Amino acid sequence: MSTMTVGDRARWVVRGIGEIFITVGVLLLLMCVYQLWWTNVESAQAIDTGRTQIAAQWHAEKPEPGVTYGPVATPPPPPIPKHGQGFALLYIPRMRDKVWALPVIQGTDKDVLARGAGHYENSAMPGDVGNFAVAAHRSTHDEPFANIDDLREGDKVYVQTSTTWYTYTLRQDNPNLTPYDVWVVDPVPGHPGAKATERLLTLTTCTPRYGSTGRWAWWGVLSAHQPRSEGPPDGLTGTVA
Amino acid sequence: MYPWLWSKLPGPTPVKLLETLALFLAAVALLFTVVFPWLEPRMPFNDVTVDTPTSASPTPTGG
Repeated sequence: MSTMTVGDRARWVVRGIGEIFITVGVLLLLMCVYQLWWTNVESAQAIDTGRTQIAAQWHAEKPEPGVTYGPVATPPPPPIPKHGQGFALLYIPRMRDKVWALPVIQGTDKDVLARGAGHYENSAMPGDVGNFAVAAHRSTHDEPFANIDDLREGDKVYVQTSTTWYTYTLRQDNPNLTPYDVWVVDPVPGHPGAKATERLLTLTTCTPRYGSTGRWAWWGVLSAHQPRSEGPPDGLTGTVA
Repeated sequence: MYPWLWSKLPGPTPVKLLETLALFLAAVALLFTVVFPWLEPRMPFNDVTVDTPTSASPTPTGG
């Protein structure tokens, strides 16, 4: 270094800065590849594993003897699962490429959302009075809710638990929410403190598709239910767990 | 930095090219399995929930 001229030193510094910029650029590119491709690959595997585990667990459970639910009474909701435990499978025919037997897992942290849809822990369980609220990724991690913009009022959302098929009908959405609109998953959204009377479903995800500055939510109401032993509801065609 | 690395790699040029490729792939593997998984949850790029805590107040639980 002591034999370098001023010009040599200057060139050395400039080249060093250039190398740093190129390195940062390559790292950012790799981060994008990781987010938009690798997490999809990993999460698709995790979702598949989760789906198989949940279905296997249900098939292994002994059905309770003599328990039948009449057409009028709604069955009791499943017991509250532990954080990180998968307890239901979600089917949305309008988004069947991405949401078919999608594991619903207790919790909404990043670990859970990398393995399927997350259930807001303070919200109701499927079929229960109140708001059964679920979140999922719209990009990265196999992007289950990628096509949330395809949903329409009247679309069906099916939730399968170890005992019951629940059918929810979508009622309305709001694509212009913020990350802080906690009221969206309230028992009675928009009416804080009100006592819940309806059995609601809420789906939340981010918007725009490749950003997360906003949130998109769809709300639905329970419209039918039947025991799992009777097979899937009439509107649901395709292979189910 | 990079010319220095190149000069330190053993072997003729074709071997150096292979070694460079191997180092690059090893770096990518480290990034994908350790660095990016650590970094990704700390970035807000793909948050999907509506109960994002604000810095000032505790998150109200929806009940």
